[in-house]
Amino acid sequence: MSEALDGADTFPKLLARNAERLGARAALREKDLGIWRETSWRGYHERVRDFSLGLVALGLARGGKVAIIGDNRPEWVIAELAAQAAGAASVGIYQDSNLNEVAFVIDHCDARFVVAEDQEQVDKILGLIEQLPKVAYVIYSDPRGLRRYRHEKLLSFSEVETRGRQLLQEKPGLFEENVAEGGGGDLAMICYTSGTTGQPKGAMLSFANLLTMALSLHQVDPRKPSDEFVSFLPLAWIGEQMMSVATALAIGFTINFPEEPETALHDIREIGPKVLFAPPRIWEGLNSTVQVKVMDTTPFKRFLYERLMPIGYKTAELRLNEGRMPLGWRVLHFFADLLLFRPLKDRLGLLQLRSGTTGGAALGPEVFRFFHAIGVRLKQIYGQTEISGISCIHPDHAIKFHTVGKPIPGTEVRISERGEILSRSPCVFIGYYKNEQATNETLAGGWLHSGDAGYLEDDGQLVVIDRLKDVLRLADGTQFSPQYIENRLKFSPYLKEAVVIGKDRPYLTALVCIDSAVVGKWAEKNKISYTTYTDLSAKPQVYDLLQREIDKVNETLPIAARIRKFVLLYKELDADDEELTRTRKVRRAFVEERYRSIVSALYGDDERIAIDTTIKFQDGKTARIQANLSVRRLEAGGA
Amino acid sequence: MALLEIANLSLRFGGVTALQDVSFAVAPGELAAIIGPNGAGKTSLLNCVSGVYRPQKGTIRFDGRDVTRMKPAARTRLGIARTFQNIALFKGMTVLDNLLIGRHCHQKTGVLAGGLYYGLGQREEIRDRERIEEIIDFLEIQPIRKQVVHTLAYGLQKRVELARALALDPRLLLLDEPMAGMNAEEKEDMARFILDVSDERGTTIVMIEHDMGVVMDLSHHVVVLNFGRKIADGTPAEVQHSAEVQLAYLGGEAAA
Repeated sequence: MSEALDGADTFPKLLARNAERLGARAALREKDLGIWRETSWRGYHERVRDFSLGLVALGLARGGKVAIIGDNRPEWVIAELAAQAAGAASVGIYQDSNLNEVAFVIDHCDARFVVAEDQEQVDKILGLIEQLPKVAYVIYSDPRGLRRYRHEKLLSFSEVETRGRQLLQEKPGLFEENVAEGGGGDLAMICYTSGTTGQPKGAMLSFANLLTMALSLHQVDPRKPSDEFVSFLPLAWIGEQMMSVATALAIGFTINFPEEPETALHDIREIGPKVLFAPPRIWEGLNSTVQVKVMDTTPFKRFLYERLMPIGYKTAELRLNEGRMPLGWRVLHFFADLLLFRPLKDRLGLLQLRSGTTGGAALGPEVFRFFHAIGVRLKQIYGQTEISGISCIHPDHAIKFHTVGKPIPGTEVRISERGEILSRSPCVFIGYYKNEQATNETLAGGWLHSGDAGYLEDDGQLVVIDRLKDVLRLADGTQFSPQYIENRLKFSPYLKEAVVIGKDRPYLTALVCIDSAVVGKWAEKNKISYTTYTDLSAKPQVYDLLQREIDKVNETLPIAARIRKFVLLYKELDADDEELTRTRKVRRAFVEERYRSIVSALYGDDERIAIDTTIKFQDGKTARIQANLSVRRLEAGGA
Repeated sequence: MALLEIANLSLRFGGVTALQDVSFAVAPGELAAIIGPNGAGKTSLLNCVSGVYRPQKGTIRFDGRDVTRMKPAARTRLGIARTFQNIALFKGMTVLDNLLIGRHCHQKTGVLAGGLYYGLGQREEIRDRERIEEIIDFLEIQPIRKQVVHTLAYGLQKRVELARALALDPRLLLLDEPMAGMNAEEKEDMARFILDVSDERGTTIVMIEHDMGVVMDLSHHVVVLNFGRKIADGTPAEVQHSAEVQLAYLGGEAAA
């Protein structure tokens, strides 16, 4: 490992290496006031040095923790590396976390320092400061709106940098000494996994874990120093850490931070990234954007889309299955590429893309097929936070949509007797912070227990079925995964989220959330007036529309695994209501419990369910919702 | 010394008296609110200050200068900017273009240099664009920078209008019902922006607003009008306890 990294075994050492070797090349770029502004590797290194010394001056010691919360900005990664340079670990917090989550993580990780981006985050923390006795300083980077705040623990990012520069004058070699003292086995970060059940757990990862992962991934999916990467997913998520920090430092490519989270897709188009790693919802979003825009476009363009997409599907199939394309198809593909695929990719900002990957959850095969058809060779990544993010990836020449690919070099994967996916590699984490029991359970027998059910195909590719505890056994004894059906359902652009229920029940049912943008557009086109999300999802015509979509999926499923009844929920599932995790996975048990009355109606004879409930907004406000939900029966079950 | 000084202002439309003998002063950096029932003369008062109406009697002094008879454009150059109750943006133009028009009063180049984008014209254009980007950042409207105004939601259009007023670099900002027709969340955002303008830029603000919660939370100073006359003037707390205000707002019975 150390050869490729020139002996540097920690992030701060790699930063110093890059500052020396790449000097004035762009390390970070941020769109600010409408212009992309660069920070060179040297500038990056200097800012980390100043901030790190500033933290040391304020009392950060080796082994300390620095919690960081905010949108993706250069200051986020600067704070992280500054903490690590001083021998401390960084702890990322999802920026949209609510007060309880923020308080739990900050308190549990024993952080003395909290780096918060702006007024919104500072308000969260100062509001909780009584419950956070261990916190000594709250450091903000965006002063806007904070000018009048007076709190003895509040400090600005630039004040800390100034203190750092003072310390640099007094003790010129201190920063380098601090960096040199660090080693690969040191704790680099604690990643709190939101988990689909219970309190978050803090996975401790060392530099060696993360860098081994970066280099193993590099072997199968190479990166170049000239690559451009757009960092727009939460930096508290291991997937973003993997790319924007570990791999970026190891390889030395440029990280671009969008202006605002809302402008990310637009900014991606401006940058034209060569590497893109995103969870399924982003790819699904791009796919449904295309479908919505095609509905709206001129008849000529729609004609082109409808005629040329099949060529893309066919050629992608040939390329994936046969490995080669006959001349005739190659000619057709050439024209389709010129007329449709290239302009489409340009619109999505994917024209320069060399490596597109998806991870964090399963992506529907139809979405895969779509991107391969337009020439984006999308690959699946599989892994857990506990294995530094990655254990498997699709090999370049054997991309099979139903698998998650093969283990990356240095990783072993096997299936336990219970059908659980186990893995072993140098990237496996140190353990959960202050939770020895969970650590022992997860690492029992020297293997990392993923909690996922799966199997290996003959060619060594891994198939993930679902969370082990969610896997259903049908009447005929075959294992079946609700997530699989959900992903099929979610390919419909009209459907945003679906929760398939059926464990220990006579038949399968679904709670469905419509995609308000797409269904709203459809309603406008069909002259159906509506007011709110609740109103729209209660329309009989919308029920009919969704029924057709579900029927289509039902036809592809074995009879026992078909959905017999469904309900359109009156609200979208939301992480603020704890229905989704911060990485937007459905917390199945919680949802089933919360909508208990609806679920029992799905297994009863009721045609309608009266709902009277309150929903909670992110700022703690509540609103009351009264609605009358109807239950829709489907014929497809053959019952 | 007061930044805005209004003395004995009277305004009549034929036989209708819109304002009668209104006097008050706004100190530099203050956030003042004008409240009152509908038809009380609030917008007329704002129109007198911005120069749309000419009062028959009284004087308006801005920064020590008598501006009562000055043209609206001249007042703008002195640093008075306003927004309208019904949004008055160029609906077919982008947000960016609307804001650039707001900078027009600061541009000195003629058709030639501006049109050729050369010399001073170019430097001015770059300077103005920088200024506008700061305002875009300040009001968090980056995602809609290049969108055409009429495609935006109402609350956002209101925000764009505030942005255009800020593009003038005003010393006095007049806001005519900045939160009318907004939902709770939009109101909260707007309130935060108004506070930020006041705090961060030190701009003096006079706003008309109906939402009493907002007025009481934000403003340092409240002026109450009723039937064209000033009936109260003071801090929010003082005004709330004024018997006359309660009478005007709640009717005779409640005050009794």
